[in-house]
Amino acid sequence: MAEKEIVAEPTEKKTHDKHEVVIEIKNLKKSFGSKDVLTDINLTVHRGENVVVLGRSGQGKSVTIQCIVGMLMPDAGTLKVFGEEVAELNDKELKELRMKIGFLFQSGALYDSMTVRENLEFPLTRVLKLTDRSEIDQRVEEVLDSVGLSDAADKMPSDLSGGMRKRAGLARTLIIKPEIMLYDEPTTGLDPITSREISELILDMQKKYKTTSIIITHDMECARITADRVVIMNDGEYIDEGTFDGLKKSKNKIVQSFFKDVS
Amino acid sequence: MAEEITIPGWKKWLEDVGEQVSFFSRFIKNIFVGGFEWSEFVRQCYEIGYRSMMLVGITSFIMGVVLILQLRPTLVEFGAASMLPKTLSVSFVREIGPVIIAIICAGKIASSIGAELGSMKVTEQLDAMEVSGANPLQYLVVTRILATTLMVPLLSVIGDVIGLFGGFLALNLRDHISLPLYATKVIASLDYTDFVPAFIKTIFFGLAIGFVGCYKGFHSSKGTESVGLAANSAVVTASLWIFVIDAIAVQITSLLFYK
Repeated sequence: MAEKEIVAEPTEKKTHDKHEVVIEIKNLKKSFGSKDVLTDINLTVHRGENVVVLGRSGQGKSVTIQCIVGMLMPDAGTLKVFGEEVAELNDKELKELRMKIGFLFQSGALYDSMTVRENLEFPLTRVLKLTDRSEIDQRVEEVLDSVGLSDAADKMPSDLSGGMRKRAGLARTLIIKPEIMLYDEPTTGLDPITSREISELILDMQKKYKTTSIIITHDMECARITADRVVIMNDGEYIDEGTFDGLKKSKNKIVQSFFKDVS
Repeated sequence: MAEEITIPGWKKWLEDVGEQVSFFSRFIKNIFVGGFEWSEFVRQCYEIGYRSMMLVGITSFIMGVVLILQLRPTLVEFGAASMLPKTLSVSFVREIGPVIIAIICAGKIASSIGAELGSMKVTEQLDAMEVSGANPLQYLVVTRILATTLMVPLLSVIGDVIGLFGGFLALNLRDHISLPLYATKVIASLDYTDFVPAFIKTIFFGLAIGFVGCYKGFHSSKGTESVGLAANSAVVTASLWIFVIDAIAVQITSLLFYK
C-alpha cells in the first residue's frame, strides 16, 4: 500500500532508503527463435541510482528493459521490480507496476494524432484517472516547464524537432511521476549539442523527480554525464561494471574498445 | 546454432485464426470493462462516417444512374418500363447498395485504420500506450470497431437514398416521371423484408471492416513496409469478409422470408 501513496505523491520518496534494491535481475535469459539474445544477465539497481548500460547494437540492451516493464517475458531467470517477480504478475498487477515505471522510447513515441498537451494529458486521464481540469493543467504546465517546452504545448509532434520530441516524450513519462525511468537510447539520432542537452535534462529530471534510472545507450558522452554506475554488455551478458572513470582504466579489451575515443 | 524451426502454412493459418478469436474476445471484453472512450468514439464516427459521406454519395449516385441506364433497354423491350423504379429499388436496397457501399468503406476505412494502427506500432506508439499502463484496445480498437459498426449501416442508408435519387434523374433523361410518383413507386415496391435484412447485414459489414482494420494494424510487423502491407491486407480481407457475410445473409434471408 505504501508504494501506491508514493506514486500519488512523489515527494514522499525522500524518506526511502537509498540502499533499497528496486530492480533485481538474476541469470536472465531470453531468446527469439534460435537466437539467444540474453544469455546470463545479472543486475541490481538501488533506489535513486542512475545505471547506464553500454553495449553494441543488437546485443539485447533494449530487450532487458522491455523485460523489466513486462513487454517481453524472460525465458529463464529472476526479474524482480520492487520485490515482485514481473513474470508472475497478473494483468492488474502488471498495470499497477507500469504506473510506477516510465519508459522513454528511442523515437519518443509521441501519439502523432494528438498535440503535445493532449499527449501529456493522456496518461493523466487514462492511467491516473484524473478528472480535475485545474490539476491536469497544472501538472501539464509544470512538466512542460521542467523540460523547457512551455511554448510547444499546442504543437503537433510532426512540428517538433528531434530534440523537442525527446523532451516531449520525457515529459509524458515524467508526468505520472514514476519511481523508475527506463531510457532506450535517449540520444540516438540527435546532434552532439542536443544529445548533451538531453543527457543533462535526464540528470536534472532524476534529481528533481528522485527517480531510479536505467539508461540504455552507446553514446559515451551521455554515459559520462548521466551515469552513477556503468554496466558493459556483450554477447547477451554483462561483462563489467563500475563508475565511468573507473571503467576507463579497465584492462578488459571489450571495455577498452568503448572508452578508446573518450578523453 | 540451433536449427531454424519451419512452421507449416496450415499451422500458421490456425495460429492466425486463434489470434483473431482472441483479439475479438478482448475487444468484446474491453467494451464493458473500464471507462468508455466517448470523445474518441465520437471523433471516429466523424472521421469514419462524415468523411466517407462524399465518396459513398458519389458512388451511390453513379450506381443508381448506371443501373437505370443499363436496365432500361431490356425492360422497354419487354414493355415493362414502368417496372424500372421497382427493379432499381429492390436490387439497390437489398443487395447492390449495401455491398457496394461496404466495399467502398472497406477500401477507405479498413485501409486507413490498418495503416494508422500499423504506423503507430512501427513508431512504438502502441508500446508506449501499453507500458504507460493505458489500455490501447480500449482507446484505439473498441472505439474504431464500434464506430464502423454504427457508421457503415448509416452510410448504407444514405447511399441507398442517393442511389435511388440518381436513378430518378437517369429515368428522367428519357422518360418523364415526377419525384412524388417515383418516390411512391419506390416505397410501394419495398417492404420490411427488403430493408431490415439488408440493414442488419450492413451492421456485420461495419463490424468486419472495423475489426479487420484494427487486427491487421495491431498485428503488423515492425517495419515501414508492414504499414503498407497492413493497409493492403485489411482491404483484401475486409472485402472478402463482406462477400462471405453477404452470402450467409442471403441464405438466412431466403430461408426466413422468400420461401
